[in-house]
Amino acid sequence: MSTSMSTSTKTITVRYFAMFRERAGVDQETISADVATAEDVFRLTRDRHGSKEPTGHCKVAINDEMADWSATVRDGDTVLLFPPVAGG
Amino acid sequence: MITITPEAIDTGSLRESLVDPGAGGYAAFEGWVRNENEGHAVLRLEYEVYEPLAIAEGERILAEARERYPHLKACCVHRSGLLEIGECAVWVGVAAPHRDEAFRACRYIIDELKVRLPIWKKEHYASGDSGWVNCERCKAHGEREAASHARPAVTAT
Repeated sequence: MSTSMSTSTKTITVRYFAMFRERAGVDQETISADVATAEDVFRLTRDRHGSKEPTGHCKVAINDEMADWSATVRDGDTVLLFPPVAGG
Repeated sequence: MITITPEAIDTGSLRESLVDPGAGGYAAFEGWVRNENEGHAVLRLEYEVYEPLAIAEGERILAEARERYPHLKACCVHRSGLLEIGECAVWVGVAAPHRDEAFRACRYIIDELKVRLPIWKKEHYASGDSGWVNCERCKAHGEREAASHARPAVTAT
């Protein structure tokens, strides 16, 4: 299997929370796409489900670790997309 | 430590857990469910929590507070699920040698929790509608507060 970070097709599990889950209609889904970063995954799913939030208001985690939007995603990763948080 | 619970928060026993002979000051914050937000009558709130990361990030915030304010004892609890008006949604308590660190540390912890934990709040309105709170004002406020916490206190009494 290719180990290229930028152009190979990767299989990624995407998990949605709160507003994102309601918009997607599912808790999670598996995508296969040419994605290099967490932001690529966000943009792809945002287009698919009609979200409009910019990354700056949202957060992302990869395999249960908070991550930057520029973080590299690897084949088999789970990407968690968090809409703007509102604890307290 | 930080706990996420669907049960009512027992603030009395939490306070007891912080009692320490070296502590001269205790401060606590309770966040309550309010019946109104931005002109909308609110009936109840629903909190969704992604617990694995809420716990991990919460512990990180408590560790940061202890680093900034030495000899601090601190803990917090956040509710999940459906809450009625008047219920305590979040509790933060700290015990420190002096009141200045206690106030500051308590404020630091609640401000960071609000902007960093993967927790979402859905308001259920009297109109029958509901909506997720995006909390953009909280984020801006949190950023301002983070700046004001940049330097630890240099005076204590």
